Amino acid sequence: MTDTQTILSAKGIGKSFPGVNALEDVDFSLRRGEVHALMGENGAGKSTLIKILTGVEHPDQGSIELDGKFVQVHSPQHSQELGISTVYQEVNLCTNISVAENIMLGHEPHRFGSVDWTKMNSLANQAIKRLGIDVDVTQPLGNYSVAIQQMVAITRSLEILSAKVLILDEPTSSLDIQETQLLFEVMRKLKSEGIGIIFITHFLDQVYQVADRITVLRNGKLVGTFETASLPRVELVAKMLGRSLTELNAMSKLKIRADQSQDRKPLLEAKGLGLKGYLEPIDLELRTHEVVGIAGLLGSGRTELAGLIFGIESPDSGTLTINGAQVNRFSPLESLKHGIALCPGDRKAEGIVGDLTIRENIILALQARYGWFKYLNMQKQYEISEKYIRLLGIATPSADQLVKNLSGGNQQKVILARWLATNPQVLILDEPTRGIDVGAKAEIQKLVLDLAEEGKSCVFISSELEEVLRTSHRIVVLRDHKKAAEYAGDVDDQTIMQTMAGNL
Amino acid sequence: MRNIPLLKRIRENRLFWPIVALALIFIFDAIFAPGFFKIGILEGHLYGNLIDVLNDGAPLMLVAMGMTLVIATGGVDLSVGAVIAISAAMGAVLINPALGNKLISNDILTKDVTNTPMWLIILADLAAGTLCGLWNGFLVSRARIQPMVATLILMVGGRGIAQLITNGQIMTIYYTPYFFFGNGFILGLPVSIYMVAIVFVLAWILVRKTSIGLFIESVGVNAKSTHYSGISEQNVKLFAYTFCGFCGAIAGLILSSYVHSCDGNNIGLYYELDAILAVVIGGTLMAGGRFSLFASIVGALIIWTFTLTMYTIGVPANALYAGKALLVLVVILLYSEQARVLLNKLFERKGSKHGTAN
Repeated sequence: MTDTQTILSAKGIGKSFPGVNALEDVDFSLRRGEVHALMGENGAGKSTLIKILTGVEHPDQGSIELDGKFVQVHSPQHSQELGISTVYQEVNLCTNISVAENIMLGHEPHRFGSVDWTKMNSLANQAIKRLGIDVDVTQPLGNYSVAIQQMVAITRSLEILSAKVLILDEPTSSLDIQETQLLFEVMRKLKSEGIGIIFITHFLDQVYQVADRITVLRNGKLVGTFETASLPRVELVAKMLGRSLTELNAMSKLKIRADQSQDRKPLLEAKGLGLKGYLEPIDLELRTHEVVGIAGLLGSGRTELAGLIFGIESPDSGTLTINGAQVNRFSPLESLKHGIALCPGDRKAEGIVGDLTIRENIILALQARYGWFKYLNMQKQYEISEKYIRLLGIATPSADQLVKNLSGGNQQKVILARWLATNPQVLILDEPTRGIDVGAKAEIQKLVLDLAEEGKSCVFISSELEEVLRTSHRIVVLRDHKKAAEYAGDVDDQTIMQTMAGNL
Repeated sequence: MRNIPLLKRIRENRLFWPIVALALIFIFDAIFAPGFFKIGILEGHLYGNLIDVLNDGAPLMLVAMGMTLVIATGGVDLSVGAVIAISAAMGAVLINPALGNKLISNDILTKDVTNTPMWLIILADLAAGTLCGLWNGFLVSRARIQPMVATLILMVGGRGIAQLITNGQIMTIYYTPYFFFGNGFILGLPVSIYMVAIVFVLAWILVRKTSIGLFIESVGVNAKSTHYSGISEQNVKLFAYTFCGFCGAIAGLILSSYVHSCDGNNIGLYYELDAILAVVIGGTLMAGGRFSLFASIVGALIIWTFTLTMYTIGVPANALYAGKALLVLVVILLYSEQARVLLNKLFERKGSKHGTAN
């Protein structure tokens, strides 16, 4: 292929951070006038690649060519000067000054030494009209929706920074359907003007609506670049998750057969539970002696579902009953009292309390239930924490070790111990095996099954489909913040992937 | 744990550096201010520089305890100086409600009597300060205002409130029983130090024998994880600020009793800054987390020993702030990561030499 079409190309890009290879020998090319979707699960290397293209990070290996010339992108400023602009999901403009000022900032037209407001407003007006949008540029930016703010950011990139390459990083995550369509129209318009757009999103539907080509990354490696039209959704999902279809079909099924003798009683029931802009109303039933797997791509609403049941957010529709009693007040403490526990997905930010010891971390939730004045005495605290250190095999010299010094897997076990100490009936595990090694992963999966056997009801959320299949008796698939389907445990992974992808 | 050498264990103890600092000041005094440690008996009670440190430092020790809990939650309370003024004003105005009323002649005002029972005076004083703390706690925990901004409101407004209470006057107190808190002695020691001891014991029981201390540290380290564990991080913060207000109230009682007056503009001035300094010297991180009430008390003692040392060696009062700035500078440098690494290296080398000699 002659490369007059290619505007930006990166070859053999490698980047490693201490302990991880974030990117390994990745090629990427962007043509003039195309929308190129960059896909991959968390940790696939999408953001590292974008950071390298925009000069936030510098590659260890590889070269970048822009318009046929080799370039080295030194800094974000430099990348803008080169014509590569990024619009992030959170718009970084000033909401308290006018639209025109936001567009022209730093490039205001002057007359007699002061800003020529009339000219500035008319320039800005022209610029934003180019996108086919009509706004009053003299209004403060904050008066407009996030969608319009994004348009303003795009306008600024095109007009002032005369961008040739536009990177849209999750632009639609805070937009509603109409706004998304508006953005797509703008994208198509820019395409026709010859601008290359890199589009990052977790919404598969949107990729198929607007992207010409798709590049898939996985674990820092390039899986491939494909024409959208010739890549069925299921295959895309398979590529993102990392198995070929035939391989998937051949995969041995280590599923736990539903034990018929076990008496499964309904324990928790959500009916139409939802929160606007967070999770669409959902029905879910959890029973004793059972693991319910939640599958879905990143951003499909997995964490939000856990958050609603556990009371991180209060739902605005539907009901939640546990043991026949309706939950009226939603907060972690209420959930704790109802016997619901959550091991949160973001272990560092929401799980561990790093500067406290293992003992303190383990008794935290139990102590929360006991309240301020029924403080467990030291002997009891050590008894409980040492019991769980033994039971879960937490590798540590003593219960007085700071949690931040433990490995990821052991930290996860500490959080598990924190909740097991409260003897919950419902245990929700959000990505319990993320970022931990294979051995610890298997231990945690086994532990979840053991807990279910004891009569607890477990919810197992994971982006690794294989793991969900292996541990779950029932699987709920989420897509685009909605429940897409529910399957019994003996479903095959291809069906689930099709549901995840929303194959029509 | 047991294998760690004793020297290292001592060095890593929270109290190590504060006590080293205090010892350094004492050594300085021993060399340059002979007589600094002299303690005599006058009218049946002890007197001397060290007793003065205890008595003068008592209000700061109290405020530092409150500040410790607030800082441990990851916040800061800039209003304690103003809280001192408000509670002092409350006490002063209740002793003589007619004070400030120009129609009443001076000889009534200067009488050594009051119509308000003592318990009510104390109660009003404490309630005023505690209420201020509650207000701060509400702003921080419920209205979710940044602690520095939230407490700035009362820092500025509080002195105005104190002026309102005292009708804009500097109120002189003539009621002798009230002087007991700032000037009295029990068994030869100042009353104020007993008050510090009582508050310390109460606070210690509260934070170490209930789960509040654990919750405060947990909130300070990671508020989100703490919330996810079912702990009301809001109530924990509310408690810390309220307790800080309570400590400010007692400090206000002692200070107004000590100087026999309440000047809304100047009583407890800059106490918030000294209290923050005391907490920092005590080794509690401004970012929140682990705290030690006792270390903060030692921090307050360091500040006052330093101040009195300055006076004793003849540093003029107007140069005192420059001296204090020097203290702050030295402390901050000593506590910086770089200095720690440097000192650790120094100690370690000595330690290993010692080891090979054996």
